Amino acid sequence: MLSVTGLTKSFPGVRALDAVDFTARAGEVHALIGENGAGKSTLIKVLTGVYRPDAGEVAYAERPARFATPLEAQDAGISTIYQEVNLVPLMSVARNLLLGREPRNRLGLIDFRRMHREADEALRDLGVRVDVRRPLRELGVGAQQMVALARAVSVNARVVIMDEPTSSLEPREVRTLFGVIRMLRERGIAVIYVSHRLDELYAVCDAVTVLRDGKVVHTGPLADLDRLRLVALMLGREIGEVADEGVTKFTGEHHAESEPVLRAERLSVRHRLSGVSLDIRPGEVVGLGGLLGSGRSETAKAIAGALPPDSGRVTVAGTSVRTGSTPAAIRAGISLLPEDRKAEGVVPGLSVRENIALAALPRLSRLGLVDDSRVDAIVDTFMRRLRIKASGPHQKVGELSGGNQQKVLLARWLAMNPKVLLLDEPTRGIDVGAKAEVQKLIDELAQDGLGVLLISSDMEELVEGSDRVVVLKDGAVVEELTGSAVTPDALLSAIATTGGPAGAEAGAAGGPAAPQHLRETS
Amino acid sequence: MTDLALGRPAADRDHVLRLLQTYGVYLGVAVLLLVNILFTPHFLSGENFRTQAVQVAPVLIVALGMALAIGSEGVDLSVGSVMALSTSLISLYLGYGVWVALVVAVLGGMAVGAANGSLVAFIGVQPIVATLALMVAGRGLALVLLPQLKDVRDPNMASLGSGALLGIPYPVLIAAALALLVAFVVRRTTFGRQLLAIGDSRPAAQLAGLPVRRVLVLVYVASGALAAIAGLLATARLSASDPTSLGNLMELSAITAVVVGGTPLSGGRVRIGGTVAGAVLIQLLTATLIKHDLPPSWTQIAQAVVIVLAVYAARERSKR
Repeated sequence: MLSVTGLTKSFPGVRALDAVDFTARAGEVHALIGENGAGKSTLIKVLTGVYRPDAGEVAYAERPARFATPLEAQDAGISTIYQEVNLVPLMSVARNLLLGREPRNRLGLIDFRRMHREADEALRDLGVRVDVRRPLRELGVGAQQMVALARAVSVNARVVIMDEPTSSLEPREVRTLFGVIRMLRERGIAVIYVSHRLDELYAVCDAVTVLRDGKVVHTGPLADLDRLRLVALMLGREIGEVADEGVTKFTGEHHAESEPVLRAERLSVRHRLSGVSLDIRPGEVVGLGGLLGSGRSETAKAIAGALPPDSGRVTVAGTSVRTGSTPAAIRAGISLLPEDRKAEGVVPGLSVRENIALAALPRLSRLGLVDDSRVDAIVDTFMRRLRIKASGPHQKVGELSGGNQQKVLLARWLAMNPKVLLLDEPTRGIDVGAKAEVQKLIDELAQDGLGVLLISSDMEELVEGSDRVVVLKDGAVVEELTGSAVTPDALLSAIATTGGPAGAEAGAAGGPAAPQHLRETS
Repeated sequence: MTDLALGRPAADRDHVLRLLQTYGVYLGVAVLLLVNILFTPHFLSGENFRTQAVQVAPVLIVALGMALAIGSEGVDLSVGSVMALSTSLISLYLGYGVWVALVVAVLGGMAVGAANGSLVAFIGVQPIVATLALMVAGRGLALVLLPQLKDVRDPNMASLGSGALLGIPYPVLIAAALALLVAFVVRRTTFGRQLLAIGDSRPAAQLAGLPVRRVLVLVYVASGALAAIAGLLATARLSASDPTSLGNLMELSAITAVVVGGTPLSGGRVRIGGTVAGAVLIQLLTATLIKHDLPPSWTQIAQAVVIVLAVYAARERSKR
């Protein structure tokens, strides 16, 4: 139905798609998977006419096609449902469904009665019953998603692309969605399904294409592929092939004390985390493993107060910390190095000096006046200790390289004398030399007695850097690897585990953590 | 070789543009002064300079608060109404003594600022909408308190408006002192540094544990207080309270001064020196055109040209 051959698309500095072949057949649900930056979104955007390919052919219904705009693609019968619902919240359900093609009466005005009837029928077909006259925003996210889906289907779509459609759905809604997907398949519609949830893929998809670094690494029927193999393909690691030692700068062993400095108990955030518990001892590096969307960053953010949890407790050295408040977490000694360094980490327009001093300002001030000599002393110390390469303390952080920006952020937090450092992808997007330096630094910090939580998609980094690895899946802890069990193979199989969490006690040493039930998604 | 030959002029052009963005406003003021010295009769007199300075003082004071709001990636449209409210409050409370009246007027401005700040910081209303609401409400309240123009007959107010120290009028001294104070706050206090960080990148500031809400509320309280001070100086100079027209379009003059002074609307930077020069530039421009008997519409066109030039320079910078 829709296929591409030899598709290549480059952006300045990256080749997002490299000679990609991909075919979605009529009456088939095709899973499109890959880690961050693998090229999924770029491929979808080329298919839907948002981007133009640099090279390669797009064929639609056996004929060469070239969509200049998303509208053209839509008119041709390719509908896309995005993660975030893009409808008009204040308009009625019916108007949203039939937006732009409302039925009209003889005077050319909208025929509301017919519009409501048609909308009602379209939704009933999908097994959804709502009052179509009510504004869309009064519906739950799941029902809104259904309206988007009904809209996509009712424009006589022949290809439906779904980009992580279940990320904000309840289990019951997911079941409805899967029913609809199967119905679409029966009608001979080609469905392209993007998701990171393995359970969902196996529940609903027929075929799978795995992208990695802009290339297709596997394509074929899903039934031929077991979970472990699928995960290995996505992460680009063959079982037993991972280099054992010496790839990273980690020494690996730390002398951890027995009493945990940080303890997180049963943190839950709707749709994101269900009962995550973990603890970190001083001098220990705890890795957080799992696929994209498994709740790694959310766990770190919930601990650091940047994501208010619905329930759960965080304690630092035995004292409870108010959750959902960044200042409270920072006062307690928790520091978070966020994943999105550019948007959430550095303040690009301010100087290196201002960025380093930012969090510690109240401590470096008297009566609200900044003590410049103390700021200079601290900035000087950390710029030298972390070997931050800048033309001087007054250079703007936005002008520095990624690695140096990361060091500036580390300096900002070290200036606060934290007890726990939460590092979310600390070495992503920084060059090899800086990467080694940051890894060595993490090691040193742990040796100095800091508790470190390390999140990394780089498997070697995670395995070699961590004393323990807590593995997350769909927002819950599925396994914990300790000591010699921290190996790439063990990590791969833990990520690929079927079903719910094995034992959600997750290292809550003697804690009363009850096993949490993973939401059933199929 | 060709690369080098092509690279050089481009870099020079960037450099010139950057200099223009930073120092253009001072250059503008210098050029206008020069033109006036050469072509305007009686320009170089103490009396003329005093008049110009007294006229620019209220705009400048309001612009200082506006610079803070813009630096936090916001804007404060309510400043003109705060001036009106301030003048109404002075008339109402003058009976209790001049100091009481002045303090009440400033407190009124701070209250409006607190309302602005709370809407922005706690409820998450966009600054332009929140302050627009207070702009309407503030003027309304001013008119309820004092329905029409009223003379202010008070010797203290009169001396505040037209008195001078060492030949420098009080309003000018006050404006200068406030400019120094605000510059000091921005450069040297934790509040100032946090304000810039919040304006540059709100998510980063939040994750760094800064008291984002408190800082935002304080920004608008400061802006309200400064606008109220501008209002009371204007009242003293006019010897009358006129809540219907005092401060009309003041928000636009203030934004103009800030933008022309090189403070980017995207937040993260506050240039007090530039803001002062920006206010002076607009004042000189207006005065020059009036002295040469050009119609007022010319003044507006000239202002528009200056704004476009300032924004053009800023655009070139942000594209890099």
